[in-house]
Amino acid sequence: MTVLYRAARVRFAVELTLNGQRRSGEAEPRMLLCDFLRHELQAFGVHVGCEHGICGACTILVDGMAVRSCTQYAAQADGTDIVTVEGLAKPGTLNEVQRAFAKHQALQCGFCTPGILCSVAYFLRETPEPDEQRVREMLSGHICRCTGYTSIVTAILEAAATMNKGS
Amino acid sequence: MKPVAFDYYRPEALSEAVTLLADMGDEAAILAGGMTLGPMLNLRIVRPHSVIDISRIQALKSISVASDAVITGAGLTQSQALRSEIMAREVPLLAMALPWVGHFQTRNRGTLGGSVAHADPSAEIPLALVACGGTVVLQSRRGMRRVAAREFFVGALVTQRQADEIVTALEWPRSLPVAGYAFTEIAQRHGDFAIAAAACSVRVNKRDRIERLAVALGGVEDRPIAIEVSGFLGHAAEDIPANVSAHAASSVTPMQDRLASADYRTALTKVLVERALSKALKMARLQRDRMQ
Repeated sequence: MTVLYRAARVRFAVELTLNGQRRSGEAEPRMLLCDFLRHELQAFGVHVGCEHGICGACTILVDGMAVRSCTQYAAQADGTDIVTVEGLAKPGTLNEVQRAFAKHQALQCGFCTPGILCSVAYFLRETPEPDEQRVREMLSGHICRCTGYTSIVTAILEAAATMNKGS
Repeated sequence: MKPVAFDYYRPEALSEAVTLLADMGDEAAILAGGMTLGPMLNLRIVRPHSVIDISRIQALKSISVASDAVITGAGLTQSQALRSEIMAREVPLLAMALPWVGHFQTRNRGTLGGSVAHADPSAEIPLALVACGGTVVLQSRRGMRRVAAREFFVGALVTQRQADEIVTALEWPRSLPVAGYAFTEIAQRHGDFAIAAAACSVRVNKRDRIERLAVALGGVEDRPIAIEVSGFLGHAAEDIPANVSAHAASSVTPMQDRLASADYRTALTKVLVERALSKALKMARLQRDRMQ
């Protein structure tokens, strides 16, 4: 048998790559991946909102794909390569999108921001020259209750244009 | 909102998953992408003793083309299906339906088979499968069986799947040459549950008469339904959007919930079927004229 088994209520080791570093922690089977990243690995940029996949605050990159971290479990992430908002730019610096967010005040309370930034990293890789419609569609996967989205759309479009000019 | 404590099993072979499920039956929940089961676990709507994670079973992630159908493994993610050139060419209706499913952040994990097994009445993938006349493949220790999608969905979240069975694959009939397809829906926001959705396929001959026609609806009744439209074969194509949409609206028995009344769903049925058919007809004529 090649069935991996983890008993309920028993903590076991989970090892993964977080923002380029091998990390490990412990989790029960029912521990959400977002909780594992925060409580075990201190990745506090992972924000936990609705806990059922709707609000988008907990969005991270797993093996390069933007996904919710609240509707998967730490046990499932064993061996994966994870990037959270902390890993989107070198420590102490901002990437193009983050700079544009600051410039256009694309955040107020900032709760939704880390998830959006992770989604945008994936989105601009898939869609390097998005129009406003595509950006708004992309943002439908995130709930922001402060900005009304207008400044976020502006920031993403400007960042995309800057990145295209640079490359 | 954390799940109840559960035992976690992660088989790497389908035979192992089937054996585990045979022993546990409805005490176990099958976890694939977790885009539906995850929320239900977190909200404690389901409280399984065990979770069987099938997301690392490679055999469930394939796309294969047979003579008359494309067979997708149940574990294929919605993103993988959306990126597939084979699916875009052979099952255009599914390719049109997938962008309506959630958001890319959920499609990157959500699977085709998971959506079908869950059977939400408003879900796009079950609707596309019904519209295409596709088939659900189920596996248990007792053996394999195939169930037509139009019979598989029994009601809201209720299917013909038995407790010891795993949905392992979906069979999508290959697209007709020279046909038009369309998928459309109304939801409160993009990615939300559809209040109503329509899918159709159509083929017209040189005299602009209907040769083939299929119309299906999601979100209207408690399961995706195919509308009986054989009476319209041979009719003039120009009358089809108005006549078939009126027929569809008069033949549904819509549900009523916090999103919409039954009357509103009837009205949406008319509008969406008309829109979808107009669009599909345009594509069908274009394809036909290109062939000449």
